Amino acid sequence: MSILVGKDTRIVVQGITGREGTFHTRQCVDYGSAVVAGVTPGKGGQDMDKIPVFNTVAEAVRETGANASLIFVPPAFCQDAILEAAEAGVELVVCITEGIPTLDMVKAKEAIRYNSIRLVGPNCPGVITPGECKMGIMPGFIHKPGDVGVISRSGTLTYEAVAQLTELGIGQSTCIGIGGDPVIGSTFIDLLRLFNGDPGTRAVVMIGEIGGSAEEEAAAYIRDEMTKPVVSFIAGQTAPPGKRMGHAGAIIAGGKGTAAEKIKALEEAGVTVSHSPADIGTKIAEVLAE
Amino acid sequence: MKIHEYQAKELLREFGIPTTEGGVANSPKEAAAIAKGLGGRVVVKAQIHAGGRGKGGGVKVVNGEREAEAAAEAMLGKPLITYQTGPEGQIVSKVLVEGAVGIASELYLGMVVDRASERVAFMASTEGGVEIEKVAAETPDKILKEFVDPGVGLMPYQARNLAYGLGLEGKTASAAASFIMKLYRLFIEKDCSLAEINPLIITDKGDVMALDAKLNFDDNALYRHQELVDLRDLSEEDPSEVRASEFGLSYIKLDGNVGCMVNGAGLAMATMDIIKLAGGEPANFLDVGGGASEESVTNAFKIILSDENVRAVLVNIFGGIVRCDIVAQGVIAAAKNVDLKVPVVVRLEGTNADEGLRLIEKSGLNFETAKGLRAAAQKAVAAAGGVK
Repeated sequence: MSILVGKDTRIVVQGITGREGTFHTRQCVDYGSAVVAGVTPGKGGQDMDKIPVFNTVAEAVRETGANASLIFVPPAFCQDAILEAAEAGVELVVCITEGIPTLDMVKAKEAIRYNSIRLVGPNCPGVITPGECKMGIMPGFIHKPGDVGVISRSGTLTYEAVAQLTELGIGQSTCIGIGGDPVIGSTFIDLLRLFNGDPGTRAVVMIGEIGGSAEEEAAAYIRDEMTKPVVSFIAGQTAPPGKRMGHAGAIIAGGKGTAAEKIKALEEAGVTVSHSPADIGTKIAEVLAE
Repeated sequence: MKIHEYQAKELLREFGIPTTEGGVANSPKEAAAIAKGLGGRVVVKAQIHAGGRGKGGGVKVVNGEREAEAAAEAMLGKPLITYQTGPEGQIVSKVLVEGAVGIASELYLGMVVDRASERVAFMASTEGGVEIEKVAAETPDKILKEFVDPGVGLMPYQARNLAYGLGLEGKTASAAASFIMKLYRLFIEKDCSLAEINPLIITDKGDVMALDAKLNFDDNALYRHQELVDLRDLSEEDPSEVRASEFGLSYIKLDGNVGCMVNGAGLAMATMDIIKLAGGEPANFLDVGGGASEESVTNAFKIILSDENVRAVLVNIFGGIVRCDIVAQGVIAAAKNVDLKVPVVVRLEGTNADEGLRLIEKSGLNFETAKGLRAAAQKAVAAAGGVK
């Protein structure tokens, strides 16, 4: 079992004919993901590696039964792409693009609030259910099917954690990069809830970082409702205040959003916090052995 | 992106928002001329991006052109030290000279994109001139808040709630509500990430105006605001950070001696953290980008090595889609492009990591290889002179 994506996921790639879109579509297909359609306005009727390209997402969904959209379009067009996918009736939208204006996301998020779709990202590596479906830009081979869920605001740091798990022989149910922006589609809580209800997940790794209060909110959820053990690492313990650490959302503002506050909230909620990024795998091994 | 107070006030006036009036001066003579034009009592304000200018001596109320000239003379070309600038301060190159106004009360008005509610939020308080963080910590009930529905935008009743909530009445309340509506329009149209009017003043005549103004803009939205990009003052930013941004790299200078070159922002932060855990101090944050190409690695080396405190460099690359042997070739070529005088510890993980590390070892350069994050950090800290 897993969450969000699996064997039944039929992907439409928005921006399939762009450089990133084409490259990563091929990587996803090589991993075994079912990419059934692409969308590039004006290029409908063409194909990319025999994957049919449509002018609109609605048409792609109608013609191919796509149920999930993977977005690679440039930042200026992402608000439009997200809303188009939502309107077309896919269940899941994963937006990889980095650099979307925050106010565009505020509006997009409000517009899809009453829609049944789930948005992951933007500015994220995507979602993978090892052995079944890779819907994103992560290196597939570091993953191994198993029963530990991974949720992270980061990209390569997620790979680091996954590689540690796989090295120890611990497989993953589903791994999700939720993105490094201030306003994102799915939050830690949204996904913790899904993992909590997934019989195929025994424990969860949650990788946070400085900025905002999503980790504190997740801590409250874990304390009140989570029935499975959670291991966490918070990046940016040495980050200075007032500086944006690469990700648009990774900033200590007005003294708020520090790693220390987040670690404290998580530990008080019963989360096993790994203070070193090198110990994420071994901490999971410990909680699984209990 | 940040701008100066005088630039923020020009933007406010463009949106019909009342502010105190004056002019910006680059020299004491110009300051005197502006003061003469205004007549009477004037305020001379140092223009730097950092806050806390008043307490740092960067705001002076004076009488007439002579005193204005002297006040400007004391500020221009000299560093102003505030709690936000660090001990070295920030050089003042412009002063704003404004006519002094009679103040009846000082209020606070702020706007942010609130991450928890995912909405634009207003904050207002009767505690003007005080840092909002201090008010929030000590008397949170004194902060009024309004959250804006992104679908319909700020409603007039929300502006009225804030105005009456601040204890304003009659025409003054209407003027404050109008001020708030206009500020919202500016915030949305200019893609602000923060707007702070502290203090918002009520004059002795009952007028509402911005005595100070701080506007920050969303970097991701600058592509659609060339007019804002033109307001950027590079002298306010760290030169090495500016150079890094020209190369498309994300770099932040810190105080330690272990340089870090990492692909990905989260892993870059984690690398800094593990250097600290290994007993060292990171010299910087640097995200070299997912691909870690020869060009980006070369540029990254140049920037890291321009910091003379750096005694060793830790290169930590997780090769995913990009193979580690390709990354290793890039790192070796980059090291030959720059004059490497300090030891470099290279940690590669992911696709073809072993092959990449073999290439690094065979290169004959001043490289040490490491497997695992902890070992890499320990080696880098040792190479930089050991645990502090």
